[in-house]
Amino acid sequence: MSVEARPFQPQAEDQEQVETKRGSTSTFSRVAKYTLVRVIMLFFTVATGVFLTIMIANMGGYVDNIMRGNIREGLAMQMQQDPAYKEMQPDERQQYMASLIELEEKRLGLDKPFVTRAFRYLTNALVLDLGRAVQMTSDTGSKEVRLIILERLPPTLLLMGTSNLVLFFGSLFAALALSRQYGSIWDKAIIALSPTSSAPSWFYGLFLILIFAAVLRVLPFGGMVGSPPASTRWGYFLDVGKHLILPASGLIISSLFLSIYNWRTFFLIYSTEDYVEMAKAKGLTDREIERRYILRPTLPNIITNFSLLIITLWTGAIITETVFQWPGLGRTYFTAIGLYDTPVIVGNTIIYAYLLAMTVFLLDFIYALVDPRVKIGDS
Amino acid sequence: MEALKRSFGEIRKYPSAVIGVIMILVLIGLAIYTVATIPYSEAIRLWRGGEDIWYSTPRNAFPVWTNWFTDVKQPETIVMFSEDNPDVTKEYTTTSSGKTDIKMSYTFDYTADDFPQELSLFFKTEYVAKEPFASITWETPDGRTIRVGDLAVSRKQTYRISQDEALVRRLGGEKPEVGLFADPESPDPENPQVLKGTYKINVSVLLFEDTGDASAEYVVFGEVFGWAGTDHRRRDLMLPLMWGAPIALLFGLLASAGISVLTMIISAIGGWYGGVVDGIIQRITEVNLTLPFLSILIMIGTFYSRSIWTILGATIVLSIFGAAIKTYRAIFLQIRESTYIEAARAYGASDMRIIFRYLIPRIIPLLIPGLVLGVPAFVFLEASLAVLGLGDPVLPTWGKIINDAWVNAALYNGYYYWILEPAVLLMITGLAFAMLGYSLDRIFNPRLRGL
Repeated sequence: MSVEARPFQPQAEDQEQVETKRGSTSTFSRVAKYTLVRVIMLFFTVATGVFLTIMIANMGGYVDNIMRGNIREGLAMQMQQDPAYKEMQPDERQQYMASLIELEEKRLGLDKPFVTRAFRYLTNALVLDLGRAVQMTSDTGSKEVRLIILERLPPTLLLMGTSNLVLFFGSLFAALALSRQYGSIWDKAIIALSPTSSAPSWFYGLFLILIFAAVLRVLPFGGMVGSPPASTRWGYFLDVGKHLILPASGLIISSLFLSIYNWRTFFLIYSTEDYVEMAKAKGLTDREIERRYILRPTLPNIITNFSLLIITLWTGAIITETVFQWPGLGRTYFTAIGLYDTPVIVGNTIIYAYLLAMTVFLLDFIYALVDPRVKIGDS
Repeated sequence: MEALKRSFGEIRKYPSAVIGVIMILVLIGLAIYTVATIPYSEAIRLWRGGEDIWYSTPRNAFPVWTNWFTDVKQPETIVMFSEDNPDVTKEYTTTSSGKTDIKMSYTFDYTADDFPQELSLFFKTEYVAKEPFASITWETPDGRTIRVGDLAVSRKQTYRISQDEALVRRLGGEKPEVGLFADPESPDPENPQVLKGTYKINVSVLLFEDTGDASAEYVVFGEVFGWAGTDHRRRDLMLPLMWGAPIALLFGLLASAGISVLTMIISAIGGWYGGVVDGIIQRITEVNLTLPFLSILIMIGTFYSRSIWTILGATIVLSIFGAAIKTYRAIFLQIRESTYIEAARAYGASDMRIIFRYLIPRIIPLLIPGLVLGVPAFVFLEASLAVLGLGDPVLPTWGKIINDAWVNAALYNGYYYWILEPAVLLMITGLAFAMLGYSLDRIFNPRLRGL
């Protein structure tokens, strides 16, 4: 599930094998054709993925029934509690309630058949018209899905950004250092510790909460700001930092050792190449060899990993955010599912899908830029 | 086949693989023992049971072994039934007015440093119309006798001594479980000490009819219970801890094996036939990669069913068209061109024969480490869903314990054992398969062997 756990994204296979039958076409038309085909393919991929999510998020109309039930129950409760309705005749009241239910169903679009609505959801989502949430509201009271997502984005970016950047660069540099001292005690320790990454981040979160919040009482159990919030800007900043330590550490610990181990193995494979031996024989410094002969050929992989990391920033960590009560997108997603709030679920999904498609698309070009062996649209 | 056997023989050279294998065997042993000793239906009955089944166990009690590490020894639970117990005397006497008086005396040693959680008496009586009458007295080691209470007892009656307000008043406002065990000579009356020694509780049941009988079970609810402790519903955690093993292993292995094998077959078919078949498989894979896996599982759990089989099925369906298809496909495309496939084609082998006899066996060395490495991910996936409250509603699993503990703020309230026990078992399972898996990876992938 975690992307950084597998840096060996097979790059050669990732590239679409678009047949170019005429070998003599110019570079421009080849690239243009490839770009066009690629964009159309990716668009259909995203559309299908989002449509499937819409179908699942509605369970083929099942959620509609739940929502209808909720409307009926909510209105019935409201009528029972309001003394103004007590005066009405029973059948009159029934009629009035039926009209209220109809109105509410119309407001939520439940009067139209599910398939029609699914396609409307899809087209709206594809043009990024995220619409209004059914139940959820942003802290400012808006029902706009766009605003809800924008409001929850900064906490997620803070949490995921901190942990993933530390993880990415930390493991990259640690791996480079380790690949230089192959077989040392540190190297062996990392190999021995790499199986610890089989546990997810919330699992380490539990232990961290146990140690630092429950036993030592030095860090908070969860949340993003203390109560009451600090009055000064600096105080607020420090407070958020304090709340950030545990969830970010959980995220880092859960993938750190495997990540270092994978990069280290990757670098070691490259450092046994003949041209590296040759460079050593020439008497180049370690730093020079690393930069020119190890990092340079592994650059496409490093870029792939980094770009996939950027995508994961978006999704947030559903369970870690839930366990730590972190008010980010992951927890919003989970809350939205619990409230059957399809627009919010779809809104989150479409953005993720678009980002993924865009990254995959751009990666092809970046590969071609950094690796002269790769030619765009070449079969 | 020989090569495969030789590769497995290599395992002995990797200490982490040996430890992993031992840990897996221990877990499998635990799983078999559990299923053999606690049948499935019995496990479900106990796990779903309420106060009717778990009436004599304390609430949120620590495991017994926590006493080894503390200076203040917490009391263990004492359960004494009036029948067939050498420490309980039961005498029938007939009073002058022709009524039967049953005297039951429970003698027990109390040596803990702290007071118990609760005290209760569970009566069972037989009578026709008039309810028998019970009087209870308490004898302390220093010879004091305290009247505990008097009550009419129906056929099945619970007398919670700890909740008897009259007794609280008689003890001067002290809670019964404290007042009855407190040393009257405690230096600080605000903070009473336990008077250790042999206590006696006398229950006398007066029957008003010619026939009839009475028995009573006396329970001192301790602060520690069993090797695993209990949860907020008085359930012994040993049950879900033991039953969690077969469920976790089954879920992890089925999911990982199902996904690995199906992925391999699909990519072999795509790699062999090529063209449209391959194209369709590639497109499905790409669509699948854009789907948010965990979110969809949460939706299925929330909207449809939380049954472990539904979740297992959904996990497999969502994972077979994963990133591994692309890796396998590349290898199959390479193998497809090799001469022995050409030879097979020349002798007229069918497509299916080539796929299953010539293509797939070549990829097994890659599949096995992947399969073993996949297990922890799915064991933890089940636990993750349970932590989100989407665990199977019927089954006792490790994830469900963590979820119960989490919902009841176990860490905040200091019930660390409640989360640590399932977490340690999860960790052991994850580590076992991961350690074996990484070693297998190195054995089967010669490129990694020296590294």
